[in-house]
Amino acid sequence: MTTQTRNIPAPAVAPAKRKSSGSLTGHRFAGPLFASPALIGLAIFLVAPFVLAIVLSFYRVQLNSPRPARFVGFEQYTRLFTDPDLSAAFGHALLNNFTFAVIVVPVQTVLALALAVLVNRKLRGMVVFRTFIFMPLVFPLALTAVIWRLIYSRGDEGLLNAVLGLISGGALSSHDWLGSPSTALASIIVMSIWQSVSFQMIIVLAALQSVPAELYEAASLDRASKWQQFLNVTVPGIRNTLIFVALITTIFSFRLFDQVYLLSRSGSVDRGSTETVMTQIINTGFDNNNVGQAAAMTVIFMLIITVIAIIQRAAVRQRGGV
Amino acid sequence: MTMSKTMEPTRRSSSLKRTRRWQTALHYLILTVVALFFFLPVYYLIVGSFRPSSEVLSGLSGFLPTNLSFANYAGVFDHLSSDATGHFGQFALVSIVVTTAVVAGSLIVNSMAAYSFARMKWRGKNVLFLLVIILTIIPFEAVALPLYYMFSGQRDTVIIQAIPFIANAFSIFLFYTFFLDVPGEIEEAARLDGAGPFRTFFHVIIPITKPAFATVAILTFLAQWGSYLWPVLMVSDPTVRPLPLAISIFQNQQPPEWGQVLAFGTMFIVPVLAVFLIFQRWFVASISSSAIKG
Repeated sequence: MTTQTRNIPAPAVAPAKRKSSGSLTGHRFAGPLFASPALIGLAIFLVAPFVLAIVLSFYRVQLNSPRPARFVGFEQYTRLFTDPDLSAAFGHALLNNFTFAVIVVPVQTVLALALAVLVNRKLRGMVVFRTFIFMPLVFPLALTAVIWRLIYSRGDEGLLNAVLGLISGGALSSHDWLGSPSTALASIIVMSIWQSVSFQMIIVLAALQSVPAELYEAASLDRASKWQQFLNVTVPGIRNTLIFVALITTIFSFRLFDQVYLLSRSGSVDRGSTETVMTQIINTGFDNNNVGQAAAMTVIFMLIITVIAIIQRAAVRQRGGV
Repeated sequence: MTMSKTMEPTRRSSSLKRTRRWQTALHYLILTVVALFFFLPVYYLIVGSFRPSSEVLSGLSGFLPTNLSFANYAGVFDHLSSDATGHFGQFALVSIVVTTAVVAGSLIVNSMAAYSFARMKWRGKNVLFLLVIILTIIPFEAVALPLYYMFSGQRDTVIIQAIPFIANAFSIFLFYTFFLDVPGEIEEAARLDGAGPFRTFFHVIIPITKPAFATVAILTFLAQWGSYLWPVLMVSDPTVRPLPLAISIFQNQQPPEWGQVLAFGTMFIVPVLAVFLIFQRWFVASISSSAIKG
């Protein structure tokens, strides 16, 4: 926010130097003309479907169905929370998203900070370590899910089981990580963190490097220990970045789809404990062609995202409008 | 051993040096463990792609680089040899075409809009820009299903895989923050030289804001190359299937050929990894500048 306000250019009105009225009309239309391709794209592919989701959620509607769409008012919403067939599954999906968020947000934010601190030291060979840690960044989630599916394989042929078997002397060696309800979500969490923590870590790293060095010098003159410096200089200095990271991770937790859908399609993951709001939306609207119902879920999904985004703005602004 | 008082300081500094060295060693140890956590899955993917399927899933020996051959790669191409299965080359081509179109299109369209918002004066601009900022919070997931409903007539085309992702509110915002930093005198000078808004933008502004373009290109590329949800909804014809959807279908074949799945994955990621290794600094810079948002 500071960068924004600080850099707003002085009103760039040209001081009466315009040559011809021809170039003047050119200028008058240039603004809207430059903006219009993107604005039209956003209108068609973001605003229109967004509005359409709200409209569709009040109808009973299917794709390519001979039956016309029928207006049902709030029925899709009330069914979502009262119809036992639906509400159990949807409630489960919401709960899974919340569980995912409650675990991933603190863990991933702390990990991002820890990793950033770890690599923010000038040591020989650090470039190589950083490269290894950054690598998963370029891995699509679909590919990540495939690799980790093999790592999690049940029985003792799975890599994770083999490693644990070695460590525990054979006591733990045949768990079905994705298939059993108690570990399926945790397994998804670990692969998701593997793929995305370096993104957050890079953001935190940039923030760490922007904390003024004088603050550390002042703190060490005051005989503050490294740990005290970390708590009293580093953490306040990157507070807003940490909030930002925590909130994008929260939003990311609710968008969770690729890994779960891919794995449930291949039947290798326990469905009940990993179903998310997004997989429900796609199962309902796409696989079962119940578009109206899925639209109502989409609207609820959007409400959740909006609330998180508003909290984010409020939390970041609270502290002196950075 | 008796030490004279004058020896005190050196002794203390040498013990300090020793703890330093221990700390450094510990630091390296932690770094190594962490790096292994991130790297082993990558290693497993690449090494496994050269090993017989039966040895990919075999406990700890899955890590051993033994019995290496290109058989799995040949197997992938054998397996994917009809229009019913699709061809690997086709998948890759679709992904490359779609990703290139999205990256190129979004660089042009979003930078122009951002430039207009940041540097031009026109009526309605502020309201529209506020709207764009609000749109940055809508994730694609929130509109995927209604968008599928709107465009179900265009399923199984390449163009529908790309078009929805070209205009991007967040990219506009990123460009905007970069353009705000351009000194006004530069545009003034261009205008005095008789350059119109198009000439000014394409010949003066773009060359001095290359980092902005690199940033948006990299972030757009990363999102688009792995795009999965939209193809799930829009693609059922194997001839227009992009790589992420293709691997999710390929890994499901019965009986499973894990070596081939890893070979497929390796071909999917190695070109990108190579680009990443060369331009790592740029990737890192892009990601950190994506967080100016706030």
